[in-house]
Amino acid sequence: MNSLKNIFDRDTWQEIFGSIEKNKTRTVITVIGVLWGIFIYIALSGAAKGLDNGFERQFENIAMNSMFIWAQRTSIPYDGFKIGRSIELKLSDIDYLKQRVPEIQYIAPRNARGVFGGSSPLISRKNKSSNFNVYGDFPVYTKIATKKIYDGGRFVNEEDNKFSRKVCVIGERTQTELFEKDENPIGQYIKIDNIYFQIIGVHKFVPGGGFETDGDIFIPFETFRKIYNTGETVQWFTVAAYDDADAVDVENKLKATLKRIHRVSPDDERAIGGFNLGEVFTKIYGFSKGMTLLSLIVGIATIIAGVIGIGNILLISVKERTKELGVRRALGATPSEVRNQIILESVFLTLIAGIIGIILGAIVLAGINAGTQNLTDFPYTNPTVPIPFVLGALAIMIFLGTLIGLIPAQRAVSIKPIDALREE
Amino acid sequence: MISIKDLHKSYSIGNSSLHVLKGINFEVEEGELVAIMGSSGSGKSTLLNILGMLDIADEGDYILDQVPIKNLNETKAAKYRNQFLGFVFQSFNLINYKSALENVSLPLYYQGIKRKERQEIAMDYLEKVGLKEWSTHLPSELSGGQKQRVAIARALASKPKVLLADEPTGALDSTTSYEVMDLIQKINQEGKTILVVTHEEDIARMCKRIVRLKDGVIIEDKNINQVLASSYV
Repeated sequence: MNSLKNIFDRDTWQEIFGSIEKNKTRTVITVIGVLWGIFIYIALSGAAKGLDNGFERQFENIAMNSMFIWAQRTSIPYDGFKIGRSIELKLSDIDYLKQRVPEIQYIAPRNARGVFGGSSPLISRKNKSSNFNVYGDFPVYTKIATKKIYDGGRFVNEEDNKFSRKVCVIGERTQTELFEKDENPIGQYIKIDNIYFQIIGVHKFVPGGGFETDGDIFIPFETFRKIYNTGETVQWFTVAAYDDADAVDVENKLKATLKRIHRVSPDDERAIGGFNLGEVFTKIYGFSKGMTLLSLIVGIATIIAGVIGIGNILLISVKERTKELGVRRALGATPSEVRNQIILESVFLTLIAGIIGIILGAIVLAGINAGTQNLTDFPYTNPTVPIPFVLGALAIMIFLGTLIGLIPAQRAVSIKPIDALREE
Repeated sequence: MISIKDLHKSYSIGNSSLHVLKGINFEVEEGELVAIMGSSGSGKSTLLNILGMLDIADEGDYILDQVPIKNLNETKAAKYRNQFLGFVFQSFNLINYKSALENVSLPLYYQGIKRKERQEIAMDYLEKVGLKEWSTHLPSELSGGQKQRVAIARALASKPKVLLADEPTGALDSTTSYEVMDLIQKINQEGKTILVVTHEEDIARMCKRIVRLKDGVIIEDKNINQVLASSYV
């Protein structure tokens, strides 16, 4: 009770400040030890968080648990067919897949010109023309990969598909290349392979994984089907599984089902291709989690080292101050008063060092942030340390500071005042 | 004021034990100024340390101002020291990073007196020892005599029953010694009980009573005619 009262007593602090101020070298050395620890901790975990955020930003516009499935040639003869048969995915596959693989949240069939082999269609308007990739899409695609559309525009909808409307969503680059700066492209017409299409929206390109670019043009799937005569063929499916589903498991089920539909050997690894973003995400998240854990361990270990340093230096200083402490005892300081003073000195030094370290760490993180702000190809965004982590580190430091302060404090108390005074 | 009966104290040095005090009996009345004399090893410092509760006797009774001093734990001893005793040391033992004023107010801090009041009291005592103008100076900026006067002010600040001085002039030249003794005599004239440990005959003569120790026993205890230190100054 008495010691608790002491903490809030102005005089206690005056004594502590006095002793800290008058032992400057000791104070500075001590502070540097812990400061370094907390600085490393903040800088490291902030950097890890920045990497984490960076990855997240890279993939923010695509569903985490998504994958692409496409068809290739068979590599095993099966069911009377010889090796090397080309497999084509069909629109009718969707219903089977949905039945067989209940984990499917969304499935979007897609076709494209100019993406996987073949040349991009020629897009022209008035006297300007250029080649851009053209995709045939259902609106469900935006449930899997978010498309940001500039104000006034929209993405392809159900009606567009139903009536095979000749409408398109163009990219930012398409706009800059085909239109004047102050021209509003919405409602205007462009020619895709000599067919007029009305522009219904401009999508904002977000750099990130995948093969899409800022010049991509999206048209209704049904329209694509008619002008390029693709029939039932689907080049690839983009599938989003429910969040709780295991991405790898879903991919395997999808492939197995497709193999059965298209009469491909279940052992044929090549016939159906797939790219599993969910799996990649899991790996990346594992990596950044590992980084966070590593920085946590390194940081805390460094803090502990720093606090032990404080204990060490306080121990030396107690030895140096033996006589002073003896005098204090002779003048009526109780052992607990002496003990509290030394523990409070330890905690106070730790805390001050910690706060300076946090501030320095924050400055460095701000510097890193400013330096990486414009690097779009480097996955690094907003390096921060969560407040609970900072408070946690401070709590650990106060705890360790108290604990380590106990050693010199006990030492100080264990010296009898008579011995302390006798020491010359 | 002080009553000691059959006090024994031995120190163990390695395997052998050194019997330092071999049954000390003596009484000190209020207002006395007692010199405890003896050659080194006679036990005079040990006696003073026991009186000062810095050390604990093996055997015997010690009553200070009607309070039996026994079974002391450190906390209790600290309280008693703070209430009953003022210490003056040979090597001054001022805290070197505190100003004269802060040094004097330190025992008051441990009495729990508020800062402002503490500083007023401390200033009064500094004035009393003639060092009011030196209140903000650090011990390193003071002469030996001044340091000892600050130490005396510090010892007095807590209004102790007894002032214990361990060779208070041991580190001072004779002129300064007499100045310090003059101060001690004046404090004694105001009614304070003072015990001075010394091995210097002339310092002892400035007290009112001399107790001589040899090999752990009192060999002589007599009242003397006090020599006033002011006659030397």
